[in-house]
Amino acid sequence: MSISETTRAQLEELVARYPRPRSALMPMLHLMQSLDGEVTPDGIDACAELAGVSPAEATAVASFYTMYRRSPGGAHHIGVCINTLCGLLGGDAVYEALSERLGVGHDQTTPDGRFTLERIECQAACTHAPVMTVDWEFMDDVTPTSAVDVVDRLERGETVRSTRGPVIRTWRDTERSLAFPDDGLAAEGTPVDAKMLAGLSLAKERGMAAPTTAQEGR
Amino acid sequence: MTPLTPVITEHWDDPELFTLAGYRRHGGYTALASALKQDPDALIGMVKDSGLRGRGGAGFPTGLKWSFVPQNDGKPHYLVVNADESEPGACKDIPIMIANPHSLIEGVIITSYAIRANHAFIYIRGEVPEAIRRVALAIREAREAGLIGRDIAGSGFDLDVVVHAGAGAYICGEETALLDSLEGFRGQPRLKPPFPAVAGLYASPTVINNVETICNIPYIVGRGVEWFRQFGTEKSPGFKVFAVSGHVNRPGIYEAPLGITMRELLDYAGGMLDGRDVKFWLPGGSSVPLLTADHLDVPMTYEAMAEAGTMLGTGTPMVFNDTVSVVKAVTRWLEFYKHESCGKCTPCREGTYFITGTLERFEHGHGSEREMETLVDLCDQIAGRSFCALGDAAATPYPSALKYFRDEFVAATTTPVDEQFDPASAYVFSGAAAR
Repeated sequence: MSISETTRAQLEELVARYPRPRSALMPMLHLMQSLDGEVTPDGIDACAELAGVSPAEATAVASFYTMYRRSPGGAHHIGVCINTLCGLLGGDAVYEALSERLGVGHDQTTPDGRFTLERIECQAACTHAPVMTVDWEFMDDVTPTSAVDVVDRLERGETVRSTRGPVIRTWRDTERSLAFPDDGLAAEGTPVDAKMLAGLSLAKERGMAAPTTAQEGR
Repeated sequence: MTPLTPVITEHWDDPELFTLAGYRRHGGYTALASALKQDPDALIGMVKDSGLRGRGGAGFPTGLKWSFVPQNDGKPHYLVVNADESEPGACKDIPIMIANPHSLIEGVIITSYAIRANHAFIYIRGEVPEAIRRVALAIREAREAGLIGRDIAGSGFDLDVVVHAGAGAYICGEETALLDSLEGFRGQPRLKPPFPAVAGLYASPTVINNVETICNIPYIVGRGVEWFRQFGTEKSPGFKVFAVSGHVNRPGIYEAPLGITMRELLDYAGGMLDGRDVKFWLPGGSSVPLLTADHLDVPMTYEAMAEAGTMLGTGTPMVFNDTVSVVKAVTRWLEFYKHESCGKCTPCREGTYFITGTLERFEHGHGSEREMETLVDLCDQIAGRSFCALGDAAATPYPSALKYFRDEFVAATTTPVDEQFDPASAYVFSGAAAR
């Protein structure tokens, strides 16, 4: 097994989070692919040992969940929601534009190793359709033009901020955050936007409020 | 006109609300202080009396679920929050966790105290790091403030709370698949009974509640059952975080009492985009039967939606106008269920492939009237014949679409749907943005 002492210590920290070691398997896999760029056989061995299961069992888990990579991907993961709502409201055109711009199709990586493109399923942001994600950070309300612009700017090395969250880092950084989510970025950006405030703003504008006592509403 | 009633969303416009200090400025954690002085059984009784029903889709009475946990059984108890919001169309739990994570944490602490759990898990889908990091920060802040940990506020109650990131599997929103996933297995559903309340996480008594459900708890405990019941109806008390999406002018979050109608919600959402007509809409996710413009005045309650032949589901209506092909919409949902079927049960695993393949032929204008009936049979064979509700869900969109839009399936036996409905006309952008 070829993991460093540092990595081992981090895996042990994940195991200590749970009543039973096996529960740490998913965060351990997130951590290993953040380090290796994919879930490698060595990564599987390390996770399996610490979870107290066989490598075959750890592989069975890794292969069940779509976020675990079994081959190297791009520095950035670009997701476009093509489920009914996003897709029909324009996500299909966004995907086509990105596919053309990057010269790759679903689950493929550009030859320069910068981008992996994926058709993704509902991202729980339907109010912000069509939705794109970069390294799983939200890029809401995209158009074919704005989506391609995001890729252009990333390629030029410019700073790109998620529409509801932090500055885009890399796919590996996000994977690390999934293992250790208290990543110091919770205060970044403006995660609560106008669409999340649509009803509250309207209620204030029209003087509507929920009664705070039982009597008030009678 | 039913008024909007922001409760859970009341202070979302405070950019500091996600911090402990911000949450406390608006009265946060005062309900916890009062809860810890009460008998846990009294809290369970209070939630029972409130009539709160699960906001994850099924609408099961929350207090009743809590009361199923055997007490004094010597086993550890667990609370697991289902924050795996992945239902197509559902987008209210993720915003709640991003905007107000401490309301979830306060609910988690009170609920754990009530069901005598010393360990709580919040299982959040892995594709939303922004929600995960905000909940993680809230947990740390609460721990540092002595609201999580040993002997919370001198009550003698100990609690550890762990946020757990998923890794991309819709099925893990099914409660027993979620438990398997949290135990470090492939996320596949278990046969019930035994129910999680008796044998859940690590075969111990476990309560699994949706995010929004848990966020109701501090308000019920803090303001009382009578206050809560003034909202909604006898069978569907309370308020709901509605997320309106689709071809409307102002898609977004609208919190209102249960019983508000879609027509009213549409009005709040600024009406239909470009003034076009409502063609079909779904009250709460792709797993509930669709409705048409004829149903806009049905109250959004569990009982009225059931009477109208559908379900309230997640209470996150998706609205489509007349530019959308219902055949294409349904096909896309079935492609999703096919992809997300975990493969454990044959009717669901094979059935979703059969339905999807057939529907894709319709989408390309190669359907047949005979196959329209075959699909009805297939859906009948899937519904109720799998371990979990994913199979039932996959068997839902087609029959309801056929019921209201038979002509469109007939048209799809000869003409590709993209020739009948120009895809570009359904886009929410146009001109230069569309290239």
